[in-house]
Amino acid sequence: MELHFLTIGELREKIATREIAATTVVRSILKRIAEVDTQVHAYINVLSESAMAEAELIDAAIAKGIIKPLSGVPIALKDICCTKGIETTCCSRILRGFIPPYDATVVEKLREAGAIIIGKTNMDEFAMGSSTETSCFGATRNPYDLTRIPGGSSGGSAAAVAADECLAAIGSDTGGSIRQPAALCGVVGLKPTYGRVSRFGLIAFASSLDQIGPFTKTVADSALMLSVLAGYDAKDSTSVNLPVPDYSAFLGRDIRGWRIGIPREYFIGGIDTETQSALDGVMRTLQACGASCVDISLPHTEYCLAVYYIVAPAEASSNLARYDGIKYGMRVEKFSDLKDLYKKTRSQGFGSEVKRRIMLGTYVLSSGYYDAYYKKASRVRTLIKQDFADAFRVCDVILTPTTPSAAFKIGEKTNDPMQMYLSDIFTISTNLAGIPGISVPCGYTASGLPIGAQFLAGHFEEAKLLQVTAAYEQAGTFIKRRPKI
Amino acid sequence: MDFTTVIGLEVHAQLLTKSKIFCSCSTTFGASPNSHTCPVCLGMPGVLPVLNKTVVEFAMKMALATNCNINKFSSFARKNYFYPDLPKAYQISQYSEPLAEHGYMDIELDGKMKRIGITRIHIEEDAGKLLHDDHNPFSYVDLNRTGVPLIEIVSEPDMHSAEEAAAYLRALHEILVYLEICDGTMEEGSFRCDANVSIMPVGSQEFGTRAELKNMNSFRNVQRAIEYEVKRQSYLIENGGRVIQETRLWDANAGVSNSMRGKEEAHDYRYFPDPDLLPVIVNDDWIARMRESLPELPAAKRARFIADYEIPAYDAGVLTADKRLSFYYEEVVRLSGKPKQASNWVMGEVLRLLNEDKKDISACAVSPAGLAMLLELIEKGTISGKMAKDVIVEMYVAGAMPDEIIATKGLSQISDESAIIATITDIIAKNPEQLEQFRAGKDKLFGFFVGQAMKATGGKANPALLNDLLKKMLAAN
Repeated sequence: MELHFLTIGELREKIATREIAATTVVRSILKRIAEVDTQVHAYINVLSESAMAEAELIDAAIAKGIIKPLSGVPIALKDICCTKGIETTCCSRILRGFIPPYDATVVEKLREAGAIIIGKTNMDEFAMGSSTETSCFGATRNPYDLTRIPGGSSGGSAAAVAADECLAAIGSDTGGSIRQPAALCGVVGLKPTYGRVSRFGLIAFASSLDQIGPFTKTVADSALMLSVLAGYDAKDSTSVNLPVPDYSAFLGRDIRGWRIGIPREYFIGGIDTETQSALDGVMRTLQACGASCVDISLPHTEYCLAVYYIVAPAEASSNLARYDGIKYGMRVEKFSDLKDLYKKTRSQGFGSEVKRRIMLGTYVLSSGYYDAYYKKASRVRTLIKQDFADAFRVCDVILTPTTPSAAFKIGEKTNDPMQMYLSDIFTISTNLAGIPGISVPCGYTASGLPIGAQFLAGHFEEAKLLQVTAAYEQAGTFIKRRPKI
Repeated sequence: MDFTTVIGLEVHAQLLTKSKIFCSCSTTFGASPNSHTCPVCLGMPGVLPVLNKTVVEFAMKMALATNCNINKFSSFARKNYFYPDLPKAYQISQYSEPLAEHGYMDIELDGKMKRIGITRIHIEEDAGKLLHDDHNPFSYVDLNRTGVPLIEIVSEPDMHSAEEAAAYLRALHEILVYLEICDGTMEEGSFRCDANVSIMPVGSQEFGTRAELKNMNSFRNVQRAIEYEVKRQSYLIENGGRVIQETRLWDANAGVSNSMRGKEEAHDYRYFPDPDLLPVIVNDDWIARMRESLPELPAAKRARFIADYEIPAYDAGVLTADKRLSFYYEEVVRLSGKPKQASNWVMGEVLRLLNEDKKDISACAVSPAGLAMLLELIEKGTISGKMAKDVIVEMYVAGAMPDEIIATKGLSQISDESAIIATITDIIAKNPEQLEQFRAGKDKLFGFFVGQAMKATGGKANPALLNDLLKKMLAAN
């Protein structure tokens, strides 16, 4: 049996019945990685030894009857999550050699739940990008077409799940960095409500937008993962102290009578015809499940991209200032004085996209420009939030395409930042509003590239997202294909 | 030309919380470099600040003690700049929404009261320290101080002389120490002051260009630096020059300040709200609890001492300058019932002994009970005031009670009339010439007989009794 094809749900049963040992699963996953990752390049660091050691401990625990929610489940971590004793780089030259003395809270939670950390995955440098091409380790390729990008910034995690190089993976989403690669790689990607999952140990890109979430093969697995990841953390002042529901309990409940909001601003041109027809298919399926589609308006949609590219770089310019060559990571060998040390280290340590955003952010926060840019953007952000609050008064969830089109070619947009930024057009409003969003596979292009549908819900209504996407998934109106690798 | 001086002060006070403002590291001063650090205060990737609630409470106490309005909603911002003592490359501070505003303090100068406005009090974190070594081409970074909580107290430009500034600063310092929220040690940097100084022609409504003075690490240096700055600016203007907006560093050894940076080189700190921290929300209940927790403040205590103990304003000022000294004094008063004498002895002998040893009242071996007993013994005539001065020295050195010292040293005063009469009789007999001269009108010789009698009794004769008896016996014969 090909163990790496299993979902978490399937594996859990086999672990619980002692049919499979954790060590066997890990060996199988390591073998799969060895076979396919030279092509995909989802991983930048495979933790073969420690994963095997962890698996042995899990097996010993299972032998004593200790079975936890994720016992023996091999999980990959985006290299933005700090791992104690394991190099964590955000795929930037400037953090090469940085070994955190602490685990991110999500890593602690995963370990506590019995998961096995199988490796660190590739990403756009400091999560700035939509294609995983800005990584200092080189690009990750889309398992469905190795000449194409997997999306980004959590492209490594998405590709690892799509190529069955792990059972689930952790990503982070600041403007779509979980949902967009999930769509382009044909997997389920969930961005929880801001404050639902602790950000402690997540290397900050834009602190008011960043949120950690899971990549999984199924909606059911996503619910399982969220149950483990979610919860208040005293180490993160922005995490919210609300009880964590049993998300799996919402799977299988029907969505009869649900109103699915279709925002008219998201369906006006720019969407690829194959994506459009896949979305039409989703609407028909949901209607067949007893839901109805309602026309809604999110009037400030056109400002989302502008607001995002003020707020996110502003926060990033401050968050990334600590990488100065003084305390950890990279430092140039030759410099004349302190200022020169800063200049040279940062010039050589950061890639061009990161520099572009640091400059943008520095500019919008500068004295004399702050009011016109940052302050104004913050006000518009409030309006965007209000748009969603108004919308959720007339619908249960919102449906949009996750991306305007399927995966593009590697190198296709690297010289055109605006084109690259536009690939996140449907996902960034979610982060600005702080609401949860999920992308689920909903079809393929004629050339076999995955297409994703995005669902959005109100704050802390992840259960609704899981319920509606599980219903959609179970309707089984399209056949999921595996990548041919 | 005559000028009016305009001074505003920015005071940074380190708060005496056990742990740092955003992590649980210790705030203790003087530990080995970088031993009081953790990933949070080291600004490592991915870590997050969590606000120490005690910091807010301490700041609220200071705000209430200086008559400020506490804002129900305040927030943190990031002040961005690069320096190796600032590991995150931004300082978390309060900017557009401070914890407290619109307060004031009444200060007394040359017997006159003056009100100094307080613009705002806000919370922020301290930076680390760079240690420079002249023998090495590099510097060391000590981040123990990084994240130690500070409050910044910004005054209105209400002071018009260096003396006023110093008086305000002392009053502020006194309150911080009274509240036990800051140890107030200027040399260790737990109480720091920057001064904004400008001058304008007398009668003018428009402030002159100001210079910001830094690096003044004592009250005296604050005063000296301001005096120097006023002279410097007056000289400039009177000689056709103009004052430029700049930051100047005080050089205490040279007695001058030097330009550190001009307006053009000023940082653009790119303040923006810190997304990692929630706003500080304060309700009436919390404010009321803090208000109730305030101790009696120095000004109120001074007024009470003057009224209740009928001691001079000066004495009340000395006795309340240190809260522990005021407690000490009040304890002596409670035990002895002699406020005036207690004041004299505390201000006189007790403080003299402590000053000689460069110690403060907490290190005083003379207990309030001991001093109270000493006052009692003087009143009863067991010992003379003069002898008591020797006894208190013994008490200070040995930490013993006065009766023990008097017993062991045989210091008890001779108040036995017959014993003194015998002594006087003996002296008169031995000094017939002096007696004759005295009786002939040379009154000054009275002192001679006192001296002889004291010498004969080893200083133990009760002076009042001796005086009386001498007068009688010298006249009678």
